[in-house]
Amino acid sequence: MIDLFNLPVGDGPGATFLAWSVAISFAVVVISQILAMVRVAVGPGSGDRILALDTMVVNAIALIVLLGISQGTSIYFEASLIIAMLGFVSTVALARFILRGDIIE
Amino acid sequence: MTWTVIGTYATAICLLIGSAFVMVGTIGLVKLKDSMTRLHAPTKVGTVGVGAVLAASIIHNFTFGYGSYHEVLIMAFLFVTAPVSANFIAKVNIHERECDTPPKPTVDEHWATLKPNGIEKMPDQPAQPSNGG
Repeated sequence: MIDLFNLPVGDGPGATFLAWSVAISFAVVVISQILAMVRVAVGPGSGDRILALDTMVVNAIALIVLLGISQGTSIYFEASLIIAMLGFVSTVALARFILRGDIIE
Repeated sequence: MTWTVIGTYATAICLLIGSAFVMVGTIGLVKLKDSMTRLHAPTKVGTVGVGAVLAASIIHNFTFGYGSYHEVLIMAFLFVTAPVSANFIAKVNIHERECDTPPKPTVDEHWATLKPNGIEKMPDQPAQPSNGG
């Protein structure tokens, strides 16, 4: 029996599968976060950088939800909701700053 | 098959589907070669990827803890705000002229997002001196 993250899933059938799925999802989302960071670094224009930052916010939400699954709690729900709101507001603020030269006119 | 086993397998399959879509969207973000086509790929991350991960969280909470539909809030918020931010980023791409400039509008003289700053009326001749911005 694999004890990857000490998942609170009992010992029944499918527990190993779920543990491996959580581990694979963590790895995949972390790799995606790194790839989005590459796009933030090399992106030729500001639109690409804003888009990559938006993707990184969405990936961060996925990471936090995965952390909540792996620990068996739902206390990370508010954190991910607030990060979703802040991500949208920051995307719109960055885009407006480039479009108009000012955020609130 | 009890509900616990079904919930365990459903959680694992939702996680795998979600992470696959996250990976596909981010690879598209890195590998596509145009700004406007790059705008297309990460929408998969924002809708199906995170949506499947949140669905996995809901199923996991219903199977192993106190179930609730709180995560639907995050999903609905992401679904509502994704087109708005995509529209803003597309306008940034047009403004920075990283794509083909759209054809001239039929009603007005110019597009508002292509207008230079501080100029009320787009000059006909580019050599016309402006007041600066």
